Amino acid sequence: MVSFVARRIAKGIVVLLAIVVLNFFLIRLAPGDPALVMAGEAGAGDEAFIAQLREKFALDQPLPSQLAAYLGSMARLDLGYSVRQQMPVATLIGERLPATLLLTGSAFAISLSLGVLLGALAARRAGTLADTAITGVALLFYATPLFWVSLMAILLFSVRLDWLPSFGFETVGAGYAGLTRVLDIAHHLVLPALTLGLFFMAVYVRMTRSSMLEVSRLDFVKTARAKGLTEGVIQRRHVLRNALLPVVTLAGLQAGTLVGGAVLTETVFAWPGIGRLMYDALLQRDYNLLLGVFVVSSAMVLVFNLVTDVVYRAVDPRIEVA
Amino acid sequence: MLKTLMAGTVLSLALAGTALAQGTPSSATPKPGGTANAVIQPEPPGLMLGMVQNGPTQMVAGNIYEGLLRYDSALKPLPGLAESWSVSEDGKTYIFKLVKNATWHDGKPFTADDVVFSVELLRQTHARARGNLTRVASVTAPDPYTVVFTLSEPFGPFLGIFEVGSLPMIPKHIYAGTDYKTNPANNTPIGTGPYMFKEWKKGSYIRLVKNPNYHVAGKPYLDEIYWHVIPDAAARAVAFETGKVDILPGGSVENFDVPRLSKIKGACSTTKGWEFFSPHSWLWLNNRKGPTANKAFRQAVSYALDRDFARDVVWNGLGKPATGPFSSTVRYHDPKAAKYAYDPAKAKALLKESGYKGETVRLLPLPYGETWQRWAEAVKQNLEDAGIKVEMVATDVAGWNQKTSEWDYDIAFTYLYQYGDPALGVGRNYVSSQIAKGSPFNNVEGYSNPSVDEAFAKGAVAVGDDARRPIYEAVQKTLVEDAPVAWLLELQFPTITRCKVHDLVTTGIGVNDGFRDAWIER
Repeated sequence: MVSFVARRIAKGIVVLLAIVVLNFFLIRLAPGDPALVMAGEAGAGDEAFIAQLREKFALDQPLPSQLAAYLGSMARLDLGYSVRQQMPVATLIGERLPATLLLTGSAFAISLSLGVLLGALAARRAGTLADTAITGVALLFYATPLFWVSLMAILLFSVRLDWLPSFGFETVGAGYAGLTRVLDIAHHLVLPALTLGLFFMAVYVRMTRSSMLEVSRLDFVKTARAKGLTEGVIQRRHVLRNALLPVVTLAGLQAGTLVGGAVLTETVFAWPGIGRLMYDALLQRDYNLLLGVFVVSSAMVLVFNLVTDVVYRAVDPRIEVA
Repeated sequence: MLKTLMAGTVLSLALAGTALAQGTPSSATPKPGGTANAVIQPEPPGLMLGMVQNGPTQMVAGNIYEGLLRYDSALKPLPGLAESWSVSEDGKTYIFKLVKNATWHDGKPFTADDVVFSVELLRQTHARARGNLTRVASVTAPDPYTVVFTLSEPFGPFLGIFEVGSLPMIPKHIYAGTDYKTNPANNTPIGTGPYMFKEWKKGSYIRLVKNPNYHVAGKPYLDEIYWHVIPDAAARAVAFETGKVDILPGGSVENFDVPRLSKIKGACSTTKGWEFFSPHSWLWLNNRKGPTANKAFRQAVSYALDRDFARDVVWNGLGKPATGPFSSTVRYHDPKAAKYAYDPAKAKALLKESGYKGETVRLLPLPYGETWQRWAEAVKQNLEDAGIKVEMVATDVAGWNQKTSEWDYDIAFTYLYQYGDPALGVGRNYVSSQIAKGSPFNNVEGYSNPSVDEAFAKGAVAVGDDARRPIYEAVQKTLVEDAPVAWLLELQFPTITRCKVHDLVTTGIGVNDGFRDAWIER
């Protein structure tokens, strides 16, 4: 087990390195550079101004030496400096990480728990009205664009009913502390976490349902039934547990996107997270910051892949971690 | 308030007297206290106005920093950190008397040394200030409250370069002898303005609080200002609708939402406060190559554009068709120079005359949101109706900057501020000395005409309106005839507020001038 994890980490570092090099060149293929963007926003700029900015961004250096410098600082676990934001990249990401993890984590929990529950329910009642209703609703949320669902939710719950706040992480300037603050943040979290969660929930519902239906036709389920076990126990212990593997795979994939996967939701709800930081950095060609976010989110994907493999074993001891 | 004028020097220009008019304050008595919630879009990269000059930075930092002067809606100077000023008869010496009770937010007094230092710093970090200051031979501080600018030659619009975004005052005691770019104070800006920087939660909000030691007695009124960062345009509109924010500065919601939001109960809107900037939009036409190198073709483009349609439909009735290179709020604007009414038949005739053979021209829209995209579609249709084959090029902001500043386009949308005077904001787009790759704001179209070069050179140094007006009127005629670009609209960006917010926009600089006069009815 330990040597397995160690090997995977070593592999992960190589993959990460490849990702950094690839992204480094990829984002430089986009037209324009941060100096031009900043000059553009200033509404004025002469050659001296742009040359000055390029020097500030170290863009006057040849590409290979820029890459070498970046890899060098990476090796020291330093993600570099965002000249545009005048702050170290690690600080910028660190400031935004909690908000994103809270949002995507809640959405993850909502989608996984509701998805498996409703999926199991639909499988058990396959062919009935309940099944049709559940799969229908799931399909609807899966097929509708996320931003549209978000905006409609805002129109209904914020504008019409005035139940939930439409934007932000907490009530600005209210000076809440302790439990009041937690509740306030939770209040702000409801809409974004639900809209994001419902999208993923749809996937889990369908996956759980079809997987359970498949498993329930297998011989060992017949055996269990023949033993005289109750239907509930059969479904929980024998069917669901065996049907969970594909769901775990999918959850592992979703967990990998926890860091960068909520750009749309964060934008619509003005949630101060990493997704928006990344999107802004992309538009502004803030190379260091963009690379930093890429590195952190790729690292996250690698970590969750590893975790998924370990969880497989817990769910199904027949699988060897090797 | 203006107290004295320098007695020693002979005063020229009727500028000083109007300093009494502080814009248009409402009649009610201001009540101190309260919190202003405003939207800021996009989130600024920094708030140190000497180092960063983009729109949102100017809007927020205009509360923190101040310039020597401000301008009313007719662009007459108002006292700022200078309480009075005078100009020598030859137009080469400007003497400013500073307010004596101004202090930096850290308590140190603001003096003439700070002004001298700010000029020195901005010459290194502020592209527009550098251009505006080229004729300044020396800046001296004979005493702590007097600053003397000596010019190498007269410069007509000189009194127009002292607004907070153009020449912000920077504290010498914090920046002198440091590396300006990396000075940690850039993240905690210190100015003399009515509000002090308090906190910036990146991605959420910027918080400013009242400066209790502000040099204008009794001001400011508000206790604090929150600038909310809301990245989605529809969400910004909702934030206003639900009462979470009370102030939508110009341009912060999509244009098609403006009529709806302005009509909400308790909402007020104004198009004032942009006179100093006078955003002027046009199509860059690449004068170097392709069909657009031909004058008749360029004139055809101008005749093909239905500007009234664009204003009424795309901009919901906001704005004014542009008749030439000078916006109507810019000095020496000549309405008689107008030439291009919407006339597709004439456009077709001119196209024929130009020898256009149906080559495809690339149209580059401005990637600033839905309104601009729709406008580009309308223009594409106008041009196609006249018989021009158009291909739309999709890009983002960085790509747009690169394509225009590398001259890789045929027709490109843009809009630029004009800063009230042709020598500050107009000449740069037409004189041949401003043809240089690497900037999307100079003579991007590549137009070159020695008589126009000469006129702008003369107009800048001529002394007095009577000498300047005929020069600029002549150059407008020439430019309109040559059609180096196709002028579109004088844009208007209405500021939408709750009506309980009073005196937010009182000058020609509008919201960028800070909330020093603003108060909220409670």
